Amino acid sequence: MAVSDAAPAPGAVSASASAPRARALEFMGRRHRFHLAEALPWILMIAVYFLFPDRVTFGTQVLIAIMFTLSLDLILGYAGIVTLGHAAFFGIGAYTVALLSARLHWGEPISALVAGALIAALAGFISGWFLLRYRGLTLLMLTLATAILVQELGNYRSDITGGYDGVPGMEIWPLLGLFENDLFGRTYYIYVAVLLLLIFYVIRRIVYSPFGQALTGIRENVRRMHAIGSPVHRRLVASYTLAAAIAGAAGALFAQSTAYATLGVFDFDNSAKVMVMLILGGAGRLYGAFVGAPIYMILEDNLAKLSPAFWQFGIGLLLVLTVLFARRGLLGIAEDASRYFKRKP
Amino acid sequence: MPQSIAALVSILFDGLAYAMVLFIISVGLSITMGLMGFVNLAHGAFAMAGGYLVVSLTRSWGIGFVPSLALAFVAVGAVSVLFERTLYARLYKAGELDQVLLTIGLAFMAIAAYTYFYGPSPQTVSLPSFLTGQIDIGVRTVPTYRAFIILVGAVLIAMLWYGFERTNIGAKIRAAVDNRRMAQSVGIDVDRLFTLTFALGSGLAALGGGLAIQTFGLTPSFAVLYLVFFLIIVSVGGLGSLKGTLVASILLGVFDIGGKYLYAEAGGFFIYALTVLILLIKPAGLYGRE
Amino acid sequence: MTAPALEVQHLNRSFGALQVARDINLTLERGARRALIGPNGAGKTTLVNLINGALAPSSGRVLLYGEDITRLSQAGRARRGIARTFQINQLFRGLPVLENICLAIGERSGECNNLWRPAGSRRAVIDEALDHLDSLRLVEDALKLVRELPYGRQRLVEIAIALAQKPRVLLLDEPAAGVPSSESHLILDVVASLDPDIAILIIEHDMDVVFRFARQITVLVAGAVFTQGTPAQIAADESVRAVYLGQEGQTQHG
Repeated sequence: MAVSDAAPAPGAVSASASAPRARALEFMGRRHRFHLAEALPWILMIAVYFLFPDRVTFGTQVLIAIMFTLSLDLILGYAGIVTLGHAAFFGIGAYTVALLSARLHWGEPISALVAGALIAALAGFISGWFLLRYRGLTLLMLTLATAILVQELGNYRSDITGGYDGVPGMEIWPLLGLFENDLFGRTYYIYVAVLLLLIFYVIRRIVYSPFGQALTGIRENVRRMHAIGSPVHRRLVASYTLAAAIAGAAGALFAQSTAYATLGVFDFDNSAKVMVMLILGGAGRLYGAFVGAPIYMILEDNLAKLSPAFWQFGIGLLLVLTVLFARRGLLGIAEDASRYFKRKP
Repeated sequence: MPQSIAALVSILFDGLAYAMVLFIISVGLSITMGLMGFVNLAHGAFAMAGGYLVVSLTRSWGIGFVPSLALAFVAVGAVSVLFERTLYARLYKAGELDQVLLTIGLAFMAIAAYTYFYGPSPQTVSLPSFLTGQIDIGVRTVPTYRAFIILVGAVLIAMLWYGFERTNIGAKIRAAVDNRRMAQSVGIDVDRLFTLTFALGSGLAALGGGLAIQTFGLTPSFAVLYLVFFLIIVSVGGLGSLKGTLVASILLGVFDIGGKYLYAEAGGFFIYALTVLILLIKPAGLYGRE
Repeated sequence: MTAPALEVQHLNRSFGALQVARDINLTLERGARRALIGPNGAGKTTLVNLINGALAPSSGRVLLYGEDITRLSQAGRARRGIARTFQINQLFRGLPVLENICLAIGERSGECNNLWRPAGSRRAVIDEALDHLDSLRLVEDALKLVRELPYGRQRLVEIAIALAQKPRVLLLDEPAAGVPSSESHLILDVVASLDPDIAILIIEHDMDVVFRFARQITVLVAGAVFTQGTPAQIAADESVRAVYLGQEGQTQHG
């Protein structure tokens, strides 16, 4: 790339500018490198497998929730797309697996997973192409209505989908022809963890890429992005499609790990839940999903059984307090805390 | 009278009654969203609160149904001001995500609270004798209660229309909906106006919630169950538009009842499909601005 | 004869009954230095919006080096070489200054279509961004978030972003607006030393700046071109003075 021909500012001495320049280069070059702390969630993941062997099935669901939340982070945290219907893609992924197994008698997990992700991606591409021309309330309503539409469609053909009772007769074949999902769910924990690692790696690369920068730019100031020549709609649809694929994968894994799928996966409750998990952890921070989803799932697992009403009240209260006082989530609080301590001598 | 005509009249009448309840609840949401751009997903909770208040007033305090409606209007309207001043006002400058999350949180808290105090089963309210039974409207007999709802709706529409088009305050509200910054620069206190509209809208929602007990049924899930409908009406009708809210309410009411009558398996599919279609073509709604 | 850098032909734009642009004709040659002046509400920013594509015209054409870009979106025109600054800064306030510039370069060069290579490894982009910052003496602030900078420096970043697009036509909307007078010379020095090949249209209220910088002036009143000419001609034109100061000594607001 040619150096620009801008005339040098009067009196500028290039030598004196080289120190901050070098600093800037170093900063940009290091940002995307792996920090040691990033290994933490993965170490914890492995630790949980060995330390809590009887909770591994639950652990698998937590991993799936992390994946789902990550997909939302890509569009909500980075691109700034506010959607009330993200559960639709999760549901599409789940139902692809369920229908392939129950109706077409195809239970091979990996190919079904890919199919689920691809079909969800297609749905994301088509709906995104139409819907992402809008923002604000219009987009909220369009995403909400589209998700409900998909649910109603499933209800209408409940002869195929099994409606709210669930798809009967699902049977998932052993992974790679070898590994049955045993009673303790150990196989699936590893299967989901490996996939999560792969997907996370992909998302991490995207977020640090120039494309990822552009998404952040769209979130920060879409007007400016138009003015510098960014094909905003194309970028939004691309990220939406990708997020839909990942959400679909999470849904597919959900159906595979539980061997069950009902229309309840499309509920608005699910779209709200994943938003809570993301905001709780901290949106636009890549690891928010790893913080928010486990905390939410663990709280839900323990408290919801005690009293559903108290749990719902607690979640509502948590939301209100988070929005008012901890807008950037737990990671945001952690960031503030570390900055505070760095300042102290 | 031919079967099909009778059926049509039934659908129209029931649909209109349905629409009136929807309108009474939604109109407040439309005006406040048009005025402040604030996405309030807790609006259904205010309606629900009104319903439960009417239940308690009639059952435990022996107050009549109609006076209870009026009391619910006043009480919920007044309490909503508290919420608006302490919570909502802090997020006027925030993005819609924050508003969505806060108000969903409030809705969840409301649902949980009402489940705890009233239990999850549907509530009923005993209607005064003059509202029960059937009434002859000429072409056929219809449930008196539904006729009552339509009457209440018509009166409220007339009052709202008068208030909007003929009073000073109405003019100020219309100006602020049209262009908030301009309205502020000519000296209109938009914040106070908003508090007033919010109180009025929440009060009306409560009144509608009371009417809805015997129409839609009242359970703690009411807050989110019908929220979608309120949002559809508001976005399809156009924010801040009285006419838009009415038209959208009637469309929704008639199509929903008609749909259930004629093509039950399709459920709400048609309504949501229509919503998506309308919003794709007219993103600001049928009577919205810009 | 080569086409002029920018040509606006019979441009009209109305909002219902309100006409904000009336039959505007304007030409910018390569390397033009044209100032757009006029009383408040004359439609100067509207014209800039019409040229850069933020607003679509009701009728008329916009040509860039002979190419009809009237149907192109704002982003499309930006990619063809039209850059602009906004009267109120439109920056990525939560991002470092350097990243603001990198984004402009990235979108221009197609880098932003890359989903895989880390942005921090695109050495050429970062170098070019630093060069732009260097020429505006902003390298010290490269890693600071935009919102941490004083307003005058933010205004410089606004210009830097536009320059990073390597534009053929540059539209500056009151570049020194809101900048304390102690810092405004920074902006004006930059504007004065811009690439002589770029065609520049600058909206400006400060007449000293206008007369120092412009070789051509267009006066816009009530959405229509009132008169055009060289600074000397405009300065001597009584009707221009009247339009600015109002009739019978009434002073212009704002």
